Amino acid sequence: MPDYLPRERFHELLQELERAGYLCVGPTVRDGAIVYDRLKSAADLPTGFSDEQSPGTYRIHFTDNKRQFAWANGPQALKPLLFAPRETLWQATRQADGTLTFASIAAAQPKLAFVGARACDLAALELQDQHFLHGVHRDQNYWNRRKDLFIVAVHCSHPALTCFCASTGDGPVANHGFDIALGELDEGFVVQAGSDRARKVLSALALSAASQVQVETNRLQGETAASTQTRALPGRNLRAALFANLEHPRWQQVADRCLSCGNCTSVCPTCFCHSETEHPQLDGTMSEHVREWDSCFTRGHSYIHGLTIRPDTRTRYRQWLTHKLGSWHEQYGRSGCVGCGRCISWCPAGIDITEEASAICLHGQ
Amino acid sequence: MTAAKLPYAAQIVGRIEESPTIFTLRLRLMDPRAREQFRFAPGQFNMVYLYGVGEIPISIVSDPRDPSLLDHTIRAVGRVTQGLARLREGDQIGLRGPYGRGWPMQEAEGHDILVITGGLGCAPVVAVINYILMRRERFGRLTIIQGVKHAEELIWRERYAYWNTLPDTRVLLAADHGGPLWPWHVGLVTEVFDKAQITSERTIAMMCGPEPMMHAGIKNLVARGITEDRIYLSMERSMHCAVGHCGHCQYGASFLCRDGPVFAYPRIKDLFRFKGF
Repeated sequence: MPDYLPRERFHELLQELERAGYLCVGPTVRDGAIVYDRLKSAADLPTGFSDEQSPGTYRIHFTDNKRQFAWANGPQALKPLLFAPRETLWQATRQADGTLTFASIAAAQPKLAFVGARACDLAALELQDQHFLHGVHRDQNYWNRRKDLFIVAVHCSHPALTCFCASTGDGPVANHGFDIALGELDEGFVVQAGSDRARKVLSALALSAASQVQVETNRLQGETAASTQTRALPGRNLRAALFANLEHPRWQQVADRCLSCGNCTSVCPTCFCHSETEHPQLDGTMSEHVREWDSCFTRGHSYIHGLTIRPDTRTRYRQWLTHKLGSWHEQYGRSGCVGCGRCISWCPAGIDITEEASAICLHGQ
Repeated sequence: MTAAKLPYAAQIVGRIEESPTIFTLRLRLMDPRAREQFRFAPGQFNMVYLYGVGEIPISIVSDPRDPSLLDHTIRAVGRVTQGLARLREGDQIGLRGPYGRGWPMQEAEGHDILVITGGLGCAPVVAVINYILMRRERFGRLTIIQGVKHAEELIWRERYAYWNTLPDTRVLLAADHGGPLWPWHVGLVTEVFDKAQITSERTIAMMCGPEPMMHAGIKNLVARGITEDRIYLSMERSMHCAVGHCGHCQYGASFLCRDGPVFAYPRIKDLFRFKGF
């Protein structure tokens, strides 16, 4: 039987996590959005806030709701916490005689407890883990942040109009990949432990069991959150359909609207592309090798010795979508889309991935 | 699982001017243990680092028998390569590698080898030519076909002329625009295929160069009865990390740096006729 955490005791969970050596990170309101940042106390949570999302639109509203998690998602997932937007990988030092030495820069990272992860975010995390950790080469910087990460998931009870995680099979209820999962009710939280270290943290709180009604309300809330979603991808595996339609006129039509700005790849919780550039010191003795998020929508992404492989938006959008919904299946055994809908909300042109995928896959040439 | 991302310091121990814009750097790793442990196969590449400017992938053209000296033939075209062009013997650069899958030299033993290159595409395949010439008895007939746009772009003229004098070895060169001193074919590279005496069932083809050239070459070879699984291509895309993480070199589901750069044609056939991947 799951436990019950009354809302007024939520701060005790944060305290207990800190006592266990974790730095708490979670949702908070900043710059008119719900972002993930350091949680000093439960007062930092977006209590009473809801979000309104549609193609090209993201707004938050303050309501008289007592809930802390009555919203879908903000622009970030867990990605920026683990795969840093910008970080130094190594540095080269040059002596006066031209001798070079190289040192890697992989600093120890604080143990983080992430509070408020959505099911879609956890699915994305699993994909990023596969990419950065489970291949031939393990990314040390990612691993340093990932290895001790404690995850408190909160089932999504208020999906946005842009959400379609039910169609990708990734939400709205988190069913694996967490240490603790919370179902938020009006009066408090239904608590489920997913790991031994979580049971240890929870035992210190001495919670009572959730009632049958609370468990049932939580379950129904999840079902409703799934059934109210109006958007959907036209299938779980669109690889064959996309690659059979590489000359579809829709690629040009979407390119005519697309600004090639890269907002979609920045907010996408699974996009992993990054560039590596040099940042030399002016005195000529040291240069940092820095990696920074890159986007397949930039011209530089496909540049080789004087030639740009994807000079136009049509080929860039096609690269993004055929990879995201197609090639990921061969690379990582599933689609690279977890249905979070961020690319729809944060697209300044309001381009809707579900609409484009449907146009190309269901109405082939 | 390894990080394998930190460069080693390497010293330029030789520099050969191949043409006004193409040069070969002979490199030696400074660290004795790294030098000792370095092994590579023809077709693999290193990430070559110029201090303060950046890294680029360059294939190794020297013979794997002596991995203590690593030759890289480079065309000065971008920021890194133009900087590398200014370096001299004794200067140090960074090197990490080798990366990627090279040419199928084991499978190729006992076969006639057809090497088809265009532009500076010849560089990654020169390793193959040298490899075969040093182990001549293991391979059948060697045919080297190289195409360039202008006759003056051809590098290694003497080398080609020399190879053409070797037994069981034939060199066929073509330039779209010849010149008064151009003894070879003037026209498309595929036009010299007729002179190559290809025995399709004994032949393995290895190609590198501009994709339209390789596309035309494949069509021509398939029409001559060489099956697609015996045609190998070395592909080129942007590479930043060389370990399959940065995403730039993706070609469909393949990461060229890890799954390539050399592919049997059927592996990439589905995308090869489309521009923009």
